[in-house]
Amino acid sequence: MSDSQGPMWEVFVQKKAGQPFVHCGNLHAFDKEMALQNARDLYTRRMEGVALWVVKSEHIVASSPEDQGSFFEPANDKIFRHPTFYQVPDIIKHM
Amino acid sequence: MSTINFEEIFETKLAKNEMIEPKDWMPDNYRKHLIRQISQHAHSEIVGMLPEGNWITRAPSLRSKIVLLAKVQDEGGHGLYLYTAAESLGISRDEMLDALHTSKAKYSSIFNYPTLTWADVAAIGWLVDGAAIMNQVMLQRTSYGPYSRAMIRICKEESFHQRQGYEAMTRLAFGTPAQKSMAQDALNRFWFPTLMMFGPPDKESPNSDNAVKWRIKRETNDELRQRFVNQTVPQIEYLGLNLPDANIKWNEAKNGYDFSEPNWVEFKNVINGNGPCNKERLNARVNAHKNGEWVRAAAAAYAKKLDDQTLAA
Repeated sequence: MSDSQGPMWEVFVQKKAGQPFVHCGNLHAFDKEMALQNARDLYTRRMEGVALWVVKSEHIVASSPEDQGSFFEPANDKIFRHPTFYQVPDIIKHM
Repeated sequence: MSTINFEEIFETKLAKNEMIEPKDWMPDNYRKHLIRQISQHAHSEIVGMLPEGNWITRAPSLRSKIVLLAKVQDEGGHGLYLYTAAESLGISRDEMLDALHTSKAKYSSIFNYPTLTWADVAAIGWLVDGAAIMNQVMLQRTSYGPYSRAMIRICKEESFHQRQGYEAMTRLAFGTPAQKSMAQDALNRFWFPTLMMFGPPDKESPNSDNAVKWRIKRETNDELRQRFVNQTVPQIEYLGLNLPDANIKWNEAKNGYDFSEPNWVEFKNVINGNGPCNKERLNARVNAHKNGEWVRAAAAAYAKKLDDQTLAA
């Protein structure tokens, strides 16, 4: 939502090198450089991260809560995608 | 074809202690209650910068100055987390700021009291932030996801605020007689306004019933107030200061302290705009917003120029 404070941006922080970027919140900023600096000042004042992503909120595409059931249904009955579905003889170790 | 009963889904989620998220269906009154509570919480953080900001240039040492700067910056950050949490419910930042600037929205009555001495800054960190933490720890488990997440961040940061306040109070209480009496004076003036922060007594609290039913709040005003008193009295005793209320007395039967009720008529007056600093605080906010107008216009123009360049390239 854009208003006198500029558009909304979503902020993602990487805690340590090698770890995934995790969503931590959002903020208003007028351009991408300002968004990045605001994100640093707002979300990493105590060394909470080593890298930041910012993206305009309007560019986020999200699934709908009403469709949750049907949307994720295809994965619901596929227990054969998990390793515990399969039997391996006890004598075989390390598999 | 089956119809989805949204209200039932909402109630089931609450019953199972699940969070409500922005795109979930929610009753209009739940949304309204949250917008009111979260935006007023945000306003309190922002207005709360003013009484302490008043002392940044006069902090008694470089150490206390950098600590106070960091604390005030945190409060600004807390306001921003909360504003965006409220925005996820469909109100714009401009609408909220406008409500604050035109006195349609309230903020915590405590910030309408003046900070007369350095000991007041210490008392705010210790007592006011202490009371805020008590409320905010509970709100970490509030039923609305974005509010809960903002509270978790805020609680992590807030604990430094209370500790630095108590440390500053300790220095005064164990300092010269003049410093000690300054500490006592600050405690005496801030005690009852701090107790008011938890809101009116349960029997007169207009918004409490729904807030507890919807799990926005999990404890009542009186429960939180009692816990705050129980926690704070031993801290006063350690400082060697006199208790600010002659009726504070341990009550074995309730396993807590008895204490006097704050003056609720004063509370209503301050909430309704007639406290010692209401006008000053509001003017400071309105002026800050007005004076920032050219900055926002310049930033918007620059962003547009960048966009145009990208399109032309």
